Order: sequence, then C-alpha cells, then structure tokens
Amino acid sequence: MAKTEPKAIGKLTYEEAFSELEAIVIALEAGDQPLEEALSLFERGQGLTRRCAELLDEAELKVNKLTGEKLEPFQEQE
Amino acid sequence: MEQLSFFDLSPRWTVTELTRHLRGLLEGDESLQGAWVQGEISNLSRPSSGHMYFTLKDATASLRCVMWRNDAARLRFAPKDGTAVEAHGSISIYEAGGQYQLYVDALQPLGEGALFQEFMRLKAKLEAEGLFDLSRKRPVPESPRHIGIVTSPTGAALRDILNTLRRRLPVVEVTLVPVPVQGDEAPGAIILALETLNRVVSPDVILLARGGGSIEDLWAFNDERVVRAVTQSTSPIITGIGHETDFTLADFAADMRAPTPTAAAELATPVTILDLKAKLTEIDRVLANGVTSIIQNRRESMTWTENELRMYSPLRRLQSERQRLDDLTRRGNAAQLHRLALAAERLNGLENQLLALSPLAVLGRGYAVVTKKRKVVSSTSQVKVGDPLQVRVKDGEFDARITGMDR
Repeated sequence: MAKTEPKAIGKLTYEEAFSELEAIVIALEAGDQPLEEALSLFERGQGLTRRCAELLDEAELKVNKLTGEKLEPFQEQE
Repeated sequence: MEQLSFFDLSPRWTVTELTRHLRGLLEGDESLQGAWVQGEISNLSRPSSGHMYFTLKDATASLRCVMWRNDAARLRFAPKDGTAVEAHGSISIYEAGGQYQLYVDALQPLGEGALFQEFMRLKAKLEAEGLFDLSRKRPVPESPRHIGIVTSPTGAALRDILNTLRRRLPVVEVTLVPVPVQGDEAPGAIILALETLNRVVSPDVILLARGGGSIEDLWAFNDERVVRAVTQSTSPIITGIGHETDFTLADFAADMRAPTPTAAAELATPVTILDLKAKLTEIDRVLANGVTSIIQNRRESMTWTENELRMYSPLRRLQSERQRLDDLTRRGNAAQLHRLALAAERLNGLENQLLALSPLAVLGRGYAVVTKKRKVVSSTSQVKVGDPLQVRVKDGEFDARITGMDR
C-alpha cells in the first residue's frame, strides 16, 4: 500500500478505496509506524472514508449486457 | 296395467329419495372420488361469485364441471374454451338440477401429468448421480462486486431483480445475458449463457431467473443439460424460478434456491448499502481512535523518555557531584574539627602536665629559683661570696649578691 505511489483518491473505485481503507485501519491498529507516517495514514484513511461514502451516495447500478462475447451498456425498457 | 299395478312390487321413490340414492352410489364409488378426467373445456363461465362452471367434452361425451372459488383462485393458467385439460375432482350430483357433475379441485393443461412423471424420473436419476448433494453446493459471497444475470431481457423477473439490486446494493456491477426462458431454444441458450458468462466476466455470483408460469413454461429449467450446466458453473448460482411453490431441477442443482427472482436478488446481496454505510462510520471511528491512541502512546513514551533523559543528564550529574562535594565538605569539616578538638584537648592536657611538672609551679608556695648566669644554682659549690645571682619568685625576678656562705 505504502510501497507504490498511492493513486489519487478521487480516481479510486469503491472496492479499491475500501480495501485500502481496511489495510490502513489494520496498520494503524498495529501502531508500529513513526508518528508522522501514522498521521499521514490517518489523513489518507479519512480521505478514503469520504470517498467511499460519496461513492455509496452517488452509486447507480451499472448494468451491462453480454451478447456473444461483447459487453455493452444495457438499456432498460420502462 | 290396472291389475299389474296392484301386485307390482317395484320400488317406489320420491324424486328426492332417488336422487339421494344415486348420489350415495356415486359418492360411494372410490374410482369416482379424487379422480383425473381428461377433456376439452367448453361453455366456460365465471360469474361474479368467483366459482367456475364449464363442460368437459371429448369426441363423444360431455361432463358438467364446477370449480369452487377457492380452488379456482389457485389456478396457474387461464383456462379457455377449447383448452385441453386434466381435471381432478369427485363426481357427485347437484340435486336441485338433477345433474351429475365433476366437482373440480385442481385443473392443469393436458400433458402436465406426463411432464410430472418425466420430472420425477429425471430428478431421481440426477439425484442418484449426486448432482443435488449438499456437499456440492458452493458458498455464495457476502459482498459480491459483480453479479451475472441469466434471464429474459423483457420479463418482469429482470425488472424485479434490477429494482431489488438498485435498492439494496447499487454499487454492484451487473452483467445480463439475455436468453429466451421458454420454448425449444431456451435450454441451449441458457447453457451457452452460463458458459460465456463464466468465461468472459466470471461474476461473483449468477442469478438464473424466470417469472411464474405453468410447468410447461418452466420446463427449460428441468432440461437435463441445463441442470448439468448449473452444476458445472464456476461462479455459484442462485435460482429464482417461478413462484414459491414451483420447484425445478435447476433449483435442486443450484447452490442456493430462491422462491422468486426478487428473493434471488435479495439472497445475492446479504450485505446492503446500509450495512456498508454503517461499516464506514465504524471505520471512521476506529481510525480516529487509532490515531488518538497512537498520539497518546507517543506522548506517554515521550514523557517516559524525557524522564529517562533527565536521569542521565550531565546537568543532573553535575548537580549530584556538587551535592557530593557539599556532603564531603561537610563530612571533611567535621573530621577536621574533631581532629582539632582532639589536638586541642591533648595540648591542654600536655600543658597542664607541663605546668604541673614545671619547677616554677612551686614558686607560688614561696619557693624561689636562683640562677647564676642562667644556670640554676642547686649546690653551694657553684658559687662563692660576692657572686651576682638572679632570683625568680612567683611574680617576677630580682638580682641578688652572695654575702656569706655556710658550708
């Protein structure tokens, strides 16, 4: 998580943001990193929580249609 | 005739008695109670009472039928004039109308009976192969990210499923494979759909669904090849086929069976968006607590380290050296004083001793010391008449001269 350059929070999908968030919580609970690192983890964690909440609030079911081997957006009939 | 009638012993009935008797005969015949009768529906009427009246007929005969409202309400298809059906019920007599009729309690399109036999045969066969074993069933994920749906693109089933997913877990991604769900092409299309879906998108779970219908409508889901395809899917499958009372072989083979398409969508999303939001709130709290406690731990260990540091500080050593010095000084002084005091005491003693031994001490008692040229004169041989002498008494000295001698 801390190894590679972290992705901009605004570009993360819900799953990405959430799994990083979980990792941060575990790391912080272990609590063995330098204070400065702990604080930056915390800040990133807060950003990720906000991102997740946003994504949940905005979430709209994404429906694709698989015809043959081709995926395309599915238009629902009302 | 007149004569005959007098001796005639034939039974005599009232209409009611005869009708009751006939009714007893019919109702006492087991083969007429709880029996199936095949025929074609005609003269169907369904008045506002809700009861259903029709005639069953075949090429050469007809049979009056009635189906009471409660039984008619359970029909899964809409019978029409001309429909070939199998009616289940009991024969009795409607006394007021003088008509025997079939009191129908169940009605199904003709052929369903044969289908049911086929269903039972296939079920027994596949069961024996172990395709329905509980040990084969795969767990369905708690939080799927990607859900596959195999159903008709136009049916109510799809609408119900999508609405349910939208309400419960709109973050999920859905891939629909549209298939015909009844008719001859249905089995092949369903099998291909499952295969492609597994291979191309590999969803976390697949919903195989269809709205309600007759046993014939649902028949594709009893197709042996479809049942096998369900057991061979890599992703776990939840079926939601027909209504609560409908069971298909695909249901038995699935990893989970839901009574309806809506219920299948619910089973696929045990964790809803509300749960996710609650979890986020919880994580937020854990994060904040985590950092607070880290800071607090750091603060505590800092205080401790500071104390440690203070302990080993040169300043502290300096202070302690100074204190030791003070201490030593104090102790040194005391020793010195003591030594001095001892010395002084000894000196005093010696002085007193000395004083006591001093010949001068006796002077106080009237003795005098006589010296001649600084030498004490203790014998007459040391002097002669005329010699100058010094005489020392208690409070001073004076000169004297010898004027005579006694020897």
